[in-house]
Amino acid sequence: MTITEDRAADAATPEIGKARRRKEDQRLITGRTRWTDNIQLPGMLHLAMVRSPFAHATISAIDASEAKGSSGVVAIFTGEDLKDIQGVNITAWPVSAEQKSPDHLPVAVSHVAHAGEIVAVVAARTAAEARDAAELVDVDYDELPAVLDLKKAATDEVLAHPALGTNTSATWQLDSAGQGSGGDVEEAIATAREGGILIEREYRQQRLIPAFMEPRSTVVDPTGEQVTMWSATQVPHVLRFCIAATTGLPESKIRVVAPDVGGGFGGKLQTTPEEFATLAVARKLGKPVKYTETRSETMVSGHHGRDQWQKLTLAAEKDGRVTGLKVELMADLGAYAALVGGGVPVLGAWMFNSIYKFASYQFNVTNYYTNKTWVDAYRGAGRPEATYAIERLMDELAAEVGVDPLEIREKNWITHDEFPFTTVAGMTYDSGNYEAATAKAKELFGYDELRAEQKRRRESNDPVQLGIGVSTFTEMCGLAPSRILGALNYGAGGWESASIRMLATGTVEVITGVSPHGQGHETAWSQIVADRLGVPFENVEVLHGDTQISPKGMDTYGSRSLVVGAEAVVRAADKVIEKAKVVAAHLLEASIDDIEFNAGTFGVKGTDKGISMPEIALAAWTGHNLPDGMEPSIDADATFDPDNFSFPHGTHLCAMEVDTETGATSMRKYVCVDDIGTIINPLIVEGQVHGGLVQGIAQALWEGAEYDEQGTLVTGSFVDYTLPTSADTISFITDHTTSPSTYNTLGTKGVGEAGAIASTPAVVNAIVDAVRQFGVNDILMPCTPERVWKAIAKGRSVPGEGERDAAPHFDEGVPNQDPGAANDGSQA
Amino acid sequence: MIPAQFDYLAPTSVADAVAALAEHGDEAKVLAGGQSLLPILRMRLNAPGVVIDLGRIPELQGISEDGDHLVIGAMTTYAAVLASESVGAHAALLSKAVATVADPQIRHRGTVGGALVHADPAGDVGAPALALGAELVIAGADGSTRTVAAEDFFEDLFTTAVGEGELLTQIRIPKHTGWGAHYEKFVRVSHQWSIVGVAATVRSEGGSIAEARVGLTNMGSTPLRARSVEEALVGQPATDEAVRAAVASVAEGTNPPSDLNGDADYRKHLATVLTRRAVLAAAGA
Ligand SMILES: Cc1cc2nc3c(=O)[nH]c(=O)nc-3n(C[C@H](O)[C@H](O)[C@H](O)COP(=O)(O)OP(=O)(O)OC[C@H]3O[C@@H](n4cnc5c(N)ncnc54)[C@H](O)[C@@H]3O)c2cc1C
Repeated sequence: MTITEDRAADAATPEIGKARRRKEDQRLITGRTRWTDNIQLPGMLHLAMVRSPFAHATISAIDASEAKGSSGVVAIFTGEDLKDIQGVNITAWPVSAEQKSPDHLPVAVSHVAHAGEIVAVVAARTAAEARDAAELVDVDYDELPAVLDLKKAATDEVLAHPALGTNTSATWQLDSAGQGSGGDVEEAIATAREGGILIEREYRQQRLIPAFMEPRSTVVDPTGEQVTMWSATQVPHVLRFCIAATTGLPESKIRVVAPDVGGGFGGKLQTTPEEFATLAVARKLGKPVKYTETRSETMVSGHHGRDQWQKLTLAAEKDGRVTGLKVELMADLGAYAALVGGGVPVLGAWMFNSIYKFASYQFNVTNYYTNKTWVDAYRGAGRPEATYAIERLMDELAAEVGVDPLEIREKNWITHDEFPFTTVAGMTYDSGNYEAATAKAKELFGYDELRAEQKRRRESNDPVQLGIGVSTFTEMCGLAPSRILGALNYGAGGWESASIRMLATGTVEVITGVSPHGQGHETAWSQIVADRLGVPFENVEVLHGDTQISPKGMDTYGSRSLVVGAEAVVRAADKVIEKAKVVAAHLLEASIDDIEFNAGTFGVKGTDKGISMPEIALAAWTGHNLPDGMEPSIDADATFDPDNFSFPHGTHLCAMEVDTETGATSMRKYVCVDDIGTIINPLIVEGQVHGGLVQGIAQALWEGAEYDEQGTLVTGSFVDYTLPTSADTISFITDHTTSPSTYNTLGTKGVGEAGAIASTPAVVNAIVDAVRQFGVNDILMPCTPERVWKAIAKGRSVPGEGERDAAPHFDEGVPNQDPGAANDGSQA
Repeated sequence: MIPAQFDYLAPTSVADAVAALAEHGDEAKVLAGGQSLLPILRMRLNAPGVVIDLGRIPELQGISEDGDHLVIGAMTTYAAVLASESVGAHAALLSKAVATVADPQIRHRGTVGGALVHADPAGDVGAPALALGAELVIAGADGSTRTVAAEDFFEDLFTTAVGEGELLTQIRIPKHTGWGAHYEKFVRVSHQWSIVGVAATVRSEGGSIAEARVGLTNMGSTPLRARSVEEALVGQPATDEAVRAAVASVAEGTNPPSDLNGDADYRKHLATVLTRRAVLAAAGA
């Protein structure tokens, strides 16, 4: 679907549904805006971090004397110097009461647990001088054995944190028999082993690195009564809470601002060592300071995503009806339990059963520590892992039964007349229509024709084979009902807050507690409020991301902003209307029961008398003529706590060509029909879907973080961490079906993560489908040409290879270079 | 990423540049398009005290013809090579290879000379330079110049015949007018260096191959020329079968790297497939 902006914005047509261009794009795309790194304050100092090149070591001594004498240096701090005020990077989600969580100090004091950890901070007059001095800080390390591999970590032979005594962080289980939401999975497996079908597989979710456009940056100004921190974060409110909870600064003395933020994808859903170190140094020096990371620092220090082994047992009857699914996950948390790190795999617990009616289900996860960069949410967080596993398994089941993969899904999915439906995992899906989305997707895809072409190519032994991959996904988003979070031991609620201020001159300020970082909330919220209050789109200003302006909020992640945050806005708008009605009745000398509100005007039933919203706002502001006892304000606040999650779904179909001579794969066609309920702005939705698809496809084909046996990140720059560009992708065909959500006023469902969740298994299923005739039933992600070719050559799946280095494009050995000047790459 | 401090010189003649190199010795590094040098400086893999920018030296720029040779100044950008009709007509292989380098921004900065001296075995200009029998003109400290055949130019990983205090000034390429050409580059994402690349240029006569030149990218520590394949191709019809047989041994004796993009055996296999494809495409089959 190609969407162009409806330029002839007819005032009478509702804003909701208009493909408006985003009002924030002019400043975001040109960069002439308030990025944190653009902020300059009088007397501001610049920081550079000294980072550990070792994956695991104790710090025996730090000699900063030479660095202190370097030009422009103001001060150098070690962890020891900051330890009383630096706070700690906490986890908000201990998944069990027994969870073991090593202290994560922003600046390490005596022990480093991954390469890239900060061991000292240099403050200097310029960023260049700070960097120069950082190279001169002499740190003595005693190296310790590092545990890098997840499965090795599980043996506890080498410990990531010797003081913990184990690498196991926590275990967590959901069992349908135990909680009464379904049968006993072990029984189902035993029965299937006898006379049914048992699919047993182990899948790998490789480690990924969130690649937001704007590197992280933090500015702290300690010179006011409130200490102000600007930071490139998704979570300014959470950050303020965590600072107050761990540094001794009262919450009321802290202001956090997320100015314009250039992308996050979960990568900025974190409270970072860099933020805490910057705050500590600013407080020590009493001066504004700035720290902006390099991309190389993002790669080693910003949290990574995914990294699981998934052991899966699917039990089915001979005809393909699934009777049970058992999931056993091992999740690599990296060196520390990040903000929600331990909980990310747990979020998958309700999603492995996906859109299907399984009779029994059990989910188990064990989280482990390793000496690698910490792991936390990355677009989809928990649901892509689950969706990948189940959608791969359903294709395997179809192959086993010998039917089309769509047929096997249809046999097992919830039909549209069964909603609301409570799943075997205990979630209640409110609405959906898997049949409709699938029928539409099949038609747009030309499913039957492509299947026929696939058959022809197989029969003629074409060197280029064609495969078709299916992914009929659902996900739970719109985080989250506070009570459920409480039951899961999560450290906060899931509500959202909004305020509406009706200004005297007729314009409107909307304050939202969510914190956009590229999604287009300013545009979408303006469309919603324009319709609700009957004011022009242009007259609505959306304010966010500053604890002084939007004091309450739970920020942006988990596809929650529209379904939770905008619902709070709708409710605040409705309160404004109720208050305004009272004023209207008074000014129109009518009974309040006779007042009707329509398209921005309050009228009196059966008359042509009326008064507009701006007129009422002005009347409230002057206060000259209001009903007795009424406060002179029609402004309103609302806080919304959802009753349930949001369950978007969709059918994604992918055709991949595989060059069997080289293993190269190329995408032929990609169709997705997503059901995200009511669409506020189709252009924004299209952007979210496209971006999500590319990120999910990238997991299938291109991205993967790799370490060498010393624990150095080999894919430490974009030379080796192969992020795709538009040149690597095709035009997607996207469309929608609409089953409105029943849990919010507008009927919306989340879309921010959908593409990333759904696309990965569609692509891998297509590749496996293309080469299944060679005896292949799995290929590790990313499905590199080498892996695909080897799978074909060997007629089976390729197990993980040993560590390998990256190609040395920028070698230290270039003639005329001075190897003595070379530093370890981790400080780049 | 901020490089360490350095002094910056911008000489306007080769003589001045060579003199500056002589004066600063080990401390100095010359800057061409900066597409390899700047990442090195910014990642602080190297910290020269002096950077000598060759960007203001007119004699290092431009493409001209000298009898049966094309002459390309060392500072000629990839974009200029791509835009040049004479390169297209007389050394089509170079145009085809250059078109696959990185992305448009990098092609507008990066230079042919810089790429040759950087001598990344995965770089895309070495193999065509070898296949076309290019000669590299090098200016020395004493004002002398010497000419080195491409075959002797690439010594090892990131190491060429350009010595301390020397500059590459020109690339001289024997004209291959009328030869078909193809550069088959294998990558995972479009802006990547070659995992393996094959440069092939072919002179056809009445449907068969009269002469062929084949260069390999990233199949060893330097670009390689596949002479035995070139010989085996002579007189062969440009058919899949004949070319397949003639190139079958192309990976023999090569020593490609094993890295994240593929192990050595896979690369050898790729080289065989890609050589067939490159030769067939060059022969217009
Ligand atoms: C993101 C990215 C992707 C890339 N992808 C590819 C690719 O796909 N294929 C590919 O082939 N290359 C690729 N490159 C490298 C690119 O081709 C570089 O331009 C090239 O390697 C160096 O050329 P330059 O003019 O930029 O040289 P510089 O970086 O300025 O110099 C490189 C080296 O050569 C020396 N030098 C330069 N000129 C001379 C001279 N005249 N005499 C003596 N010494 C000299 C310098 O001192 C330095 O050591 C890529 C680079 C980047 C940044």
